[in-house]
Amino acid sequence: MNINATLLAQTIMFALFVWFSMKFVWTPIVAALDARKKQIADGLADAERAKLDLELAAKRSAEILREAKAKAGDIIANGEKRGSEIVEEAKNQAKVEGDRIVAGAKAEIDQEVFRAKEQLRTQVSSIALAGASKILGREIDAKAHNDLLDKLVAEI
Amino acid sequence: MSSEAHTSAEYIHHHLQNLTYGQLADGTWGVAHTSEEAKAMGFWALNLDTFIVSFLLGAIFLLVFRSVAKSVVAGTPGGLQNFCEWAIEFIDSSVRGSFTSKNNMVAPLALTIFFWVFSMNLMDLLPIDYIPLLLGSFGVPFFKVVPSTDPNATFGMAIGVFLLVLYYSVKMKGLGGFVGELTLQPFGKWGMPVNFLLEGVNLIAKPISLALRLFGNMYAGEMIFILIALMGGAWAGFSATNVTLFGSQILLSLGWGIFHILIVTLQAFIFMTLTVVYLDMAHQEHH
Repeated sequence: MNINATLLAQTIMFALFVWFSMKFVWTPIVAALDARKKQIADGLADAERAKLDLELAAKRSAEILREAKAKAGDIIANGEKRGSEIVEEAKNQAKVEGDRIVAGAKAEIDQEVFRAKEQLRTQVSSIALAGASKILGREIDAKAHNDLLDKLVAEI
Repeated sequence: MSSEAHTSAEYIHHHLQNLTYGQLADGTWGVAHTSEEAKAMGFWALNLDTFIVSFLLGAIFLLVFRSVAKSVVAGTPGGLQNFCEWAIEFIDSSVRGSFTSKNNMVAPLALTIFFWVFSMNLMDLLPIDYIPLLLGSFGVPFFKVVPSTDPNATFGMAIGVFLLVLYYSVKMKGLGGFVGELTLQPFGKWGMPVNFLLEGVNLIAKPISLALRLFGNMYAGEMIFILIALMGGAWAGFSATNVTLFGSQILLSLGWGIFHILIVTLQAFIFMTLTVVYLDMAHQEHH
């Protein structure tokens, strides 16, 4: 337990240890700690910014959605209008076509009626002729009585 | 230990003697084999045990922290890095708490002091006979394994701190300011001798109290470990007394050891904090 040169040795050793610790231990570790602190602060700032961006994006998306809805409504209305127009047009066209067909059919019927009448008239004249010849008992000379027959046909 | 070979006084004496290297009485250099020889070596002798153990402990501490510092990353830290970062943040916050000026040297100084003193004190918890016995079988006459029970170690550190206090006092206040602080208060310039006496005592008390507090605590702790060890050391065959003594040794060393964990940490922390406080005072003007 004597005081001796160990005292000096310990003081020098102490100084060297402190120097080493300052130079090679403290500085790099504290630098890393500071770097991490900065990293965390940056991360938090980024998160804050991202949150703001997200809010903005949500607002924008809502706006776009609203616009899209309005547009879709317009399109549907337009479509309905156009659809009813087409239906209307088709109706008109069908009516016109129907009228045309009905008119054609009527004309044909008239023609047919006329033709039947004509036929009937000739048949009636020949029947009448046959009847008359039977009544008279003799052959009527068709040639001689053509005028008469035509008159008859015209009358029927 | 073996009571037939040693008396209690010899046992205690043996445990309190450092392994001293110096000039022997016959003029040759070597290791002292008795405490009288060690005493006769005078100032120019080296306590090898103190020197080697404290150097190893300091080197281990620095290498561990250095290995972390070399591979330190700002990202997620691993286990050892976590511990070192925790230690550094703990030291940093306690330095910030008591040191108000700006000085990049103080925090690493505090870190070194804390871990060095802590590890030196921790040697107190090693079973007190193992290392001396082991080395004794290789012909080493003494080995005191706790460097902080050697006043050379504690005063060595305290002197280092004291030199820093003087250096920063002069650097911050100028030589005139520092001398003025020592001589011009508290009684003004007509009370100069009294002032100097008071302030001088105040100044010298700092390193002395630092060194003696640590030394006293650790020395007393070691002493009690030695006394406890004597109980089992008195073993001389089976008898009720001997068995009781043996059992009490185990219980008492356990209790004292657990209590000592607190003292070990506390003394390291006190040494560190007082150093920081003294340096803080050196940085500030007295009014």
